[in-house]
Amino acid sequence: MNFVRVVWLVVRKDLLVELRSREILYTTVFFAVSCVLVFAFGFVREGQAMDDVGAGILWIAVAFSGTLALGRAFERERQSETLRALLLAPVDRPALYVAKLIGVLTLMTAVEIVVVPLVALLFQAPLFRHLPMLLGLLLAGTVGFTGVGTMFGAMLARARSRDVLLPVLLYPITIPVIIAGVRGTSALLQADPDPAIARAWLSLLLSFDVVFITLALWTFEPVMTD
Amino acid sequence: MQRLFLPLLILVAAMFAYAPLAIANAPFESTMLLVQKIFYFHVPSWFVMFSGAFLCAGASVVYLAKGSKNADHYAVTGAELAVVFGLMGLITGPLWARKAWGVWWEWDVKLTLALVVWLTFVAYLLLRRYGGPGSEKLAAGVGIFGAANIPFVYYSVNWWRTIHPKTTVVPTLGPGMRGTFWFCVLAFMLLMVLIIAARVRLERQRARVDELFLELED
Repeated sequence: MNFVRVVWLVVRKDLLVELRSREILYTTVFFAVSCVLVFAFGFVREGQAMDDVGAGILWIAVAFSGTLALGRAFERERQSETLRALLLAPVDRPALYVAKLIGVLTLMTAVEIVVVPLVALLFQAPLFRHLPMLLGLLLAGTVGFTGVGTMFGAMLARARSRDVLLPVLLYPITIPVIIAGVRGTSALLQADPDPAIARAWLSLLLSFDVVFITLALWTFEPVMTD
Repeated sequence: MQRLFLPLLILVAAMFAYAPLAIANAPFESTMLLVQKIFYFHVPSWFVMFSGAFLCAGASVVYLAKGSKNADHYAVTGAELAVVFGLMGLITGPLWARKAWGVWWEWDVKLTLALVVWLTFVAYLLLRRYGGPGSEKLAAGVGIFGAANIPFVYYSVNWWRTIHPKTTVVPTLGPGMRGTFWFCVLAFMLLMVLIIAARVRLERQRARVDELFLELED
């Protein structure tokens, strides 16, 4: 079976399972919304949001709910040992990685469709002023975060204490994504927006994506082999 | 290495015994005076930490590509060195910063990079310790990702203004200070070699005990 077909089959299977229960989608979206609310109580004083917090809260909500979605996505595969069945299938291992990545990305896109307008609403952030650039930052940042996260989530699926190890491993490695995402977004949100700076951060995110997805494609096979 | 171990141990012990004298006798730096002397242990700690980090990453690549157990022993040794000496650097740094900059911590590129790399290797050790069977391979993945992350952390944090003394400070040291500094670096590097030898031997013997135990059970 060729690479693209394997990816398509696994993505279709994951989305079908998810569409029937909508478990991860609903829980993750509501988790992200509660995250934003908790931060709103922390950072809004006398009805006025502090300067520059919208971008930070947006990315923290993305990172936290992303961790949750990654954990749940692989927990489902573990429950009835379906991950082992996937790994036993005579297909390219990297194709499984790409398929899982696309599945989690789809989920995170749905989360961001809810969270981004919510942040704009609650923090009076002019998110829609430079929409294409903002979408670029969100997409590149989410790809970088979930690219590393899918690799670690898959690795940890069979490990003990995986729930706590996933954020412990994932956050130090994705610090550049969070810095670039927050700085780039706040360059667009500030009173005097600076698209040149946002573009520079976007290019950092893109190079992060390229390096880490290449690395994950190379290490997925040996790491996932017993 | 085993035959060299004892003489090297004596040499390193002598060097560390002499180091405080050398540091006390080194001339005072003109603006920072006494606080600058922490530099003789602070900078070599970072040298050892980053050597440990790169040893871990390199050994992890070999382990994943070839599956050699020996490489894995070197990887865990490198990670432990990075954590222990990184902790030394992270403690001595703020002590100096409080006196020189007036603050304990500054989000400067070198400090942040060191903190992130240190956290990565703490996570690496946590995974090995609590990940259960088969976590060596997973840890190897983390080691490689952690090393690949270093340039990205550097560039992303570099956009904030840096106030750490430039690395070019080393060649501009006065003659008395330069000798003492490189003496300390040499002492730390030799200590690192000793620890690597002892730790890899321990890990190898542990693996051997496990094998023997399994044979006995069969």
